[in-house]
Amino acid sequence: MAKIKGAVVVDTERCKGCDLCVVACPSDVLALSKELNAKGYNFSYMENPDACIGCAACAYVCPDACITVYKVKLQD
Amino acid sequence: MTTNEIINPANLVHKKTDLLTDVPMHYCPGCSHGVVHKLLAEVIDEMGIQEETIGVAPVGCAVFAYNYIDIDWQQAAHGRAPAVATGIKRLLPERYVFTYQGDGDLAAIGTAETIHACNRGENIMIIFINNGIYGMTGGQMAPTTLEGMKTSTSPYGRNVELNGYPLNITKLLAELEGTCYVTRQSVHNVAGVRRAKKAIQKGFENSELKKGTSVIEIVSTCNSGWKLSPAASNDWMVKNMFPAYPLGDLKNV
Repeated sequence: MAKIKGAVVVDTERCKGCDLCVVACPSDVLALSKELNAKGYNFSYMENPDACIGCAACAYVCPDACITVYKVKLQD
Repeated sequence: MTTNEIINPANLVHKKTDLLTDVPMHYCPGCSHGVVHKLLAEVIDEMGIQEETIGVAPVGCAVFAYNYIDIDWQQAAHGRAPAVATGIKRLLPERYVFTYQGDGDLAAIGTAETIHACNRGENIMIIFINNGIYGMTGGQMAPTTLEGMKTSTSPYGRNVELNGYPLNITKLLAELEGTCYVTRQSVHNVAGVRRAKKAIQKGFENSELKKGTSVIEIVSTCNSGWKLSPAASNDWMVKNMFPAYPLGDLKNV
């Protein structure tokens, strides 16, 4: 069966750390970092990248359009 | 396969549309305005009407919308966006004209302009962001503030005996002959975002078909004004705003 694997790239300087993507993610991939960006926000990042399925739920709810989503189908 | 191998333009699923400029939005973290701006930009981009679209920005948090979506904009005096949009649409009837207004702009100072533009059935789209509060000026009570809802000017909650009832203006607009499509949507989750995007697209299509005024209310959050976190605001909205402002189409002809 094909397995789907995804990855997201967060524009960390545009991100305001609102946490909505973390809440929207069905696979608990995202979390807010302990580091800060130039504006002083705890930006979102992939804490658990292996669980990402590339569903783009995070990107749909992101108010600042700072998430880019990629997805591949793996054959095993 | 490692994450770096997946991150390749060939595997792209979703990215920011180019119509949304690189200027960081001034909205508070988690503000619904950002999502609606993004949807507008995506719809305009997908329909390929960037050169034919004119937006009318309100007074309110969205006053700087022209910085964020790369189309033609006009900024209107407080509440007068539907009147300005009427003028633009009548002079340039082939353009797609929309207004983008908050509840203080549309339902308080601009009630007359809104009702009459809808009653005349101008071929414009009105996007109405309803968060039940005056966000930009510090969270004062708005016409759409819920009964019992605390704001900076109703610290003990809205008292209907003193302040009147929450104004369900979208329901009012649905009664008018001039409106062709009146709907209430939200952008708090993925399904809501998808439905709101379809509604915005339908609004532009109605304006092309000269069917009348389309009103798209987006029940939104103002987490700064509500003094809640963005995620808690969404939950509060689902629990308190949706019973008073139920989602769905109010009119679709």
